[in-house]
Amino acid sequence: MIVTDPAATGQRTAFAPNWLGRLGWVALVIYVIYAGSQLGFSAERFSTGLEHGHRFLVRMFPPNFERWELIYDGILESLQIAVIATFFGVLISLPVGLMAARNLMPAWISWPMRGVIALCRSFHPIIVAILFVKAIGFGALAGVMALIVASIGFISKLFAEAIEEISLKQVEAVRASGAGFLSVLIMGVQPQVLPRFIGFATYQLDSNLRNSTMVGIVGGGGIGAALFTAYQRFDFDVVLAILIVIVSLIMVAEIVSGWARRVFQ
Amino acid sequence: MQGQVSPLASAAPQGDDSRALVLRGLRKEYRAGQPVLRGIDLVLPGSGLTAIIGPSGTGKSTLIRCINRLVQPTSGEILFRGQDLAKLSGRSLRSARRRIGMVFQEYNLVERLTVMENLLCGRLGYVPAWRAWLRRFPAQDIARAFDLLDAVGLPGFATRRADALSGGQRQRVGIARAIMQEPDIILADEPTSSLDPKTSVEIMEILHRFAAERNIPVIVNIHNVELAKRFASRIIGMTGGSVVYDGPPQGLTEADLKTIYGGENWME
Repeated sequence: MIVTDPAATGQRTAFAPNWLGRLGWVALVIYVIYAGSQLGFSAERFSTGLEHGHRFLVRMFPPNFERWELIYDGILESLQIAVIATFFGVLISLPVGLMAARNLMPAWISWPMRGVIALCRSFHPIIVAILFVKAIGFGALAGVMALIVASIGFISKLFAEAIEEISLKQVEAVRASGAGFLSVLIMGVQPQVLPRFIGFATYQLDSNLRNSTMVGIVGGGGIGAALFTAYQRFDFDVVLAILIVIVSLIMVAEIVSGWARRVFQ
Repeated sequence: MQGQVSPLASAAPQGDDSRALVLRGLRKEYRAGQPVLRGIDLVLPGSGLTAIIGPSGTGKSTLIRCINRLVQPTSGEILFRGQDLAKLSGRSLRSARRRIGMVFQEYNLVERLTVMENLLCGRLGYVPAWRAWLRRFPAQDIARAFDLLDAVGLPGFATRRADALSGGQRQRVGIARAIMQEPDIILADEPTSSLDPKTSVEIMEILHRFAAERNIPVIVNIHNVELAKRFASRIIGMTGGSVVYDGPPQGLTEADLKTIYGGENWME
């Protein structure tokens, strides 16, 4: 017998040592230290950094709302970009997500659709925004298009996964009544996935709001342009004002989306 | 048995026999070379309650699911109302399915829909999708649904959500949904297996009552031999994918049960 009874030898171990795991942790720590030294991190670098940071913070206060009209216009445009992008993004994601669901669709539809979704997900929204700015010119349209692509990449995948997790027993029963495919979707699938879809859509609105403040930096419209200009001109008090407005906008969005989720529970 | 098949299948459908179901050489292999159904030949009359008994994994569920084609038979014929159900597809399959009601072991209600919406699911074969989407079902369907809720003993449950019901209540909704289809036959796949003994009897009583009152033939897969004997007018015993007993409940002997379930220790 190869395996000896541990009870007989008096060496019972409650927790088996995971040597491979420990080795992994040690390797990770060593790499972090090595990478840090390669990038020139040192104590002096930190202290000069802290000095810079101190001056930066001092110049930020108090926040400067004098040019509130500029901020207001920018934030309004960002909001519009986010809402439009979420609306069309979700609208397109519904059929895309359905077609990517492997339990309802044959492989020759679902796999190409998964490819499309992966393509939409493969770039950060900023890179997509740069592409659209170059392709169709400066302005909010480029920002909207970039965020639509980002939305499709993200929520189509979540939609598809939600559909793949439904109970097929309920679908089977609806199908057994002689219902057509559309009716099966409406009465058998939709009731099972609707609350999760609402959750994903509100989450995407939230995410698009944050991203819409950013696409302006590369010329995609919205508050990002004003923010970038303020940074460039070292108007750090204006920067702080814009940041405060963005934070409050995101918080309001959080409250609204929480409320929407409750309504559709 | 082969002698019975031909006259029924060839005769013009009339009276009760218009709802007769004829299976000929029905085979199903989920994996090639491993048949679950080994050529079933059966003639089921156009009325009354027929119980199919047999051990688990013997193909009872597969047999019932082949009839409404939730499972695709490998070969064989399923003759019902002048059609071979095994050969249908697309639109013709859906219009055949809407005349076949089905009751499931785990009820298979759409959990997040109300009782009324679940009942109206039984009308989806008749109602266009946009009407279902907007919940604009014909008034007579809704009236029928209310009548059926009364008939299965659930008055006042229309607006309850299905996930708020007990097992027995769910199965009553499941039966009412099947009847909503105005079916020519009802298939019940172990409708009592998830229920307690008392509720099981109540559910079988409801199925038996509908079979008699509305003259709808009912085919029930059932594990409980006592319930089968009590409510069925005919019993079919299956084992290993073949029919080994076909006759009245009174004729079912201990020897038959031994053939169906194998061994005898369990009978004591």
